[in-house]
Amino acid sequence: MALVELRDIRKTYHLGGEVIHALDGVDLDVDQGDFTSIIGPSGSGKSTLMHILGCLDTPSSGSMTLDGMDIHDATPRQLAKVRGEKIGFVFQFFNLLPKLSVAQNVELPLIYKGASSRERRERAMQALDLVNLEDRAKHRPSQLSGGQQQRVAIARALVNDPRIIFADEPTGNLDSHTGEMILETFCKLHEEGRTIMLVTHDPEIAALTPKKIEIRDGKIASDVDAKLSGRESRFKLNRPADT
Amino acid sequence: MNLYNAILIGLKDIWAHKFRTLLTMLGIVLGVSSLVAMAAVITGMEKGMKESMIAMGGLDKVRIDDEDVPVWQDHLRDQSPGRLIRDVHALQASAPLIKTISPEMRLDWRSTRVTSKGKTASTSEIVGVWPAVLEMNLYELEHGRFFCDLDEEFANSVCVIGTGVRDQLFGSPEQTGETMVPIGKTIQIGGQPFTIVGMFRHYESEQERKLKELAKKQQQETKGGVKRQRGWSGAKKWGDAFWRKNNVVYMPLNTAWIKFRAASNEDGTPDPRLTDIDIKIADLDLLEPALQQARNVMLTMHNGIVDFEFETEENQINDIRTRIRNMRISQGVIAGLSLLVGGIGIMNIMLASINERIREIGTCKAVGASSEAIFTQILVESIAVALIGAVVGLAFSFVLVELIELASPAQNSPIITTPPMLLAVAFSALVGVVAGIFPAYKAAGLHPIQALRYE
Repeated sequence: MALVELRDIRKTYHLGGEVIHALDGVDLDVDQGDFTSIIGPSGSGKSTLMHILGCLDTPSSGSMTLDGMDIHDATPRQLAKVRGEKIGFVFQFFNLLPKLSVAQNVELPLIYKGASSRERRERAMQALDLVNLEDRAKHRPSQLSGGQQQRVAIARALVNDPRIIFADEPTGNLDSHTGEMILETFCKLHEEGRTIMLVTHDPEIAALTPKKIEIRDGKIASDVDAKLSGRESRFKLNRPADT
Repeated sequence: MNLYNAILIGLKDIWAHKFRTLLTMLGIVLGVSSLVAMAAVITGMEKGMKESMIAMGGLDKVRIDDEDVPVWQDHLRDQSPGRLIRDVHALQASAPLIKTISPEMRLDWRSTRVTSKGKTASTSEIVGVWPAVLEMNLYELEHGRFFCDLDEEFANSVCVIGTGVRDQLFGSPEQTGETMVPIGKTIQIGGQPFTIVGMFRHYESEQERKLKELAKKQQQETKGGVKRQRGWSGAKKWGDAFWRKNNVVYMPLNTAWIKFRAASNEDGTPDPRLTDIDIKIADLDLLEPALQQARNVMLTMHNGIVDFEFETEENQINDIRTRIRNMRISQGVIAGLSLLVGGIGIMNIMLASINERIREIGTCKAVGASSEAIFTQILVESIAVALIGAVVGLAFSFVLVELIELASPAQNSPIITTPPMLLAVAFSALVGVVAGIFPAYKAAGLHPIQALRYE
């Protein structure tokens, strides 16, 4: 069974009298260890899809399971628990809390989970170690560069050892060089066997991931396996993506 | 999320906004400190009032006063005998619930001058008494003796004075530099020579004592400077129970009767009426039956004419209590209002704070914070602001009390007690909860996506 299964997911918004179908029947399987990019022009519904996948939002209809759990009829409280334990988020604008130190930011998901302060500190340092920022633990986010901030955000996403990581335009707010470094970080995580979904509007970035899903008008337009498509990656991946 | 972590996050945010939080807390700080300081002032005043209550005589003291005959006995008015010494003897014989009885025959202080070698003393009262007066009015002799039965029997011309009279006639220790004991001296009371056989000890309130110390200190500081006369010291004389107590002249009841009252009426007839009959009852719990007993005896002696009444200290104490209660109420209103204002301030700042943190709240929700966790977090923050304000307010109240004492060192010093402190803290916590609920509810209800996208 796939890690995430979406069946005929629909999401409709009512804006005034108008009905907008943000997602119009999406079927999708995400397997353990996948590195998938979701691509599409703005307004295509890719963000909505990611929100539903990330349990930030619930679909209007359709069924969804994540790690064997039914999501489509979960209560907000259950969704919060799932987000805290199984999902890690990386945002375009980093979304770090400015008043907390780097280490405290990374600890945040553990705080809501109710972990002891010692466990929190240890795991936060481990996560910071993964992104090579353990020496910045005491700094404020504002004292770091954009790329470093995004790596802190990645550490925060990793600290709960989630089943799947969602990244929403993680390089959108960075210069191209820093963006490449962030993407390399994701590639490294993928090599370690993490499941990652990356939302982007940039085909070049999407080309780097082994799997690519294109969304158009709320529907999946194409579901491409990078290995089959034969596109060259800008990054040398040491290990071929498992499908 | 457990409570401890909620508190931790809340406190971190407070720490991040030190200055803003401080301003927010100001209302609470003022509310708490004014409540505690006012309570301390009132407690101090209460203590002063109790002191003078005790100086006037204990709670179990009851005065039998003259009273106009009631309307339905108006036709008997000319037969009203007034309070006489036979009433006292009758009460002694027939009212066993009365422990002590002290008759007083006061001389007119305007026409009866107390002089010695050309010096005149202004006295609070010149009274003929029984030795029972010592117990009744709580007097202690410091020098000499009180009257004995023989003095009473022979109507000896002896008197016992308070220190105030000594000060006026022979000089106070502060002026002469030595304690003068006037035992054996002869003074003139209403032109008749009396021998001083005893002197009471000096009575003073805590307030007076402090004033004296202060004067001493000032003298030392200014070294030889002009001794300052306190302008109001004369004006307060009559109102002050301690002044009255120090400026009495007591003589045997019989002496007062024979030497001053034997022909004191305008037509030269004697005036045997007593000015006061004070009684002390055996047991405060038996106040009502004791008074009933006394009333029966008095009615018998007065042929059923109700020309007397019982004045208990309780009435005065009730007066004092009412005054204290009124002060408490106005104090409570002031403190309550400023705490209310403080609460509004907290709610205002919490609303502003969550408004500027909407995206942060969204982030917290994205990383697993439930609505309950957000709710607790905001609420805890609000309570913490209120409680920190309360603690600062408590500290500030000590400063305030110090200031009050500095501003008026002669007044009864304020006494800080625990109950108002606890009350103030509890009320602040309540204010924190009430002020926090709405912002917390608002923050908890935010949809994660809308919060994340909020610009």
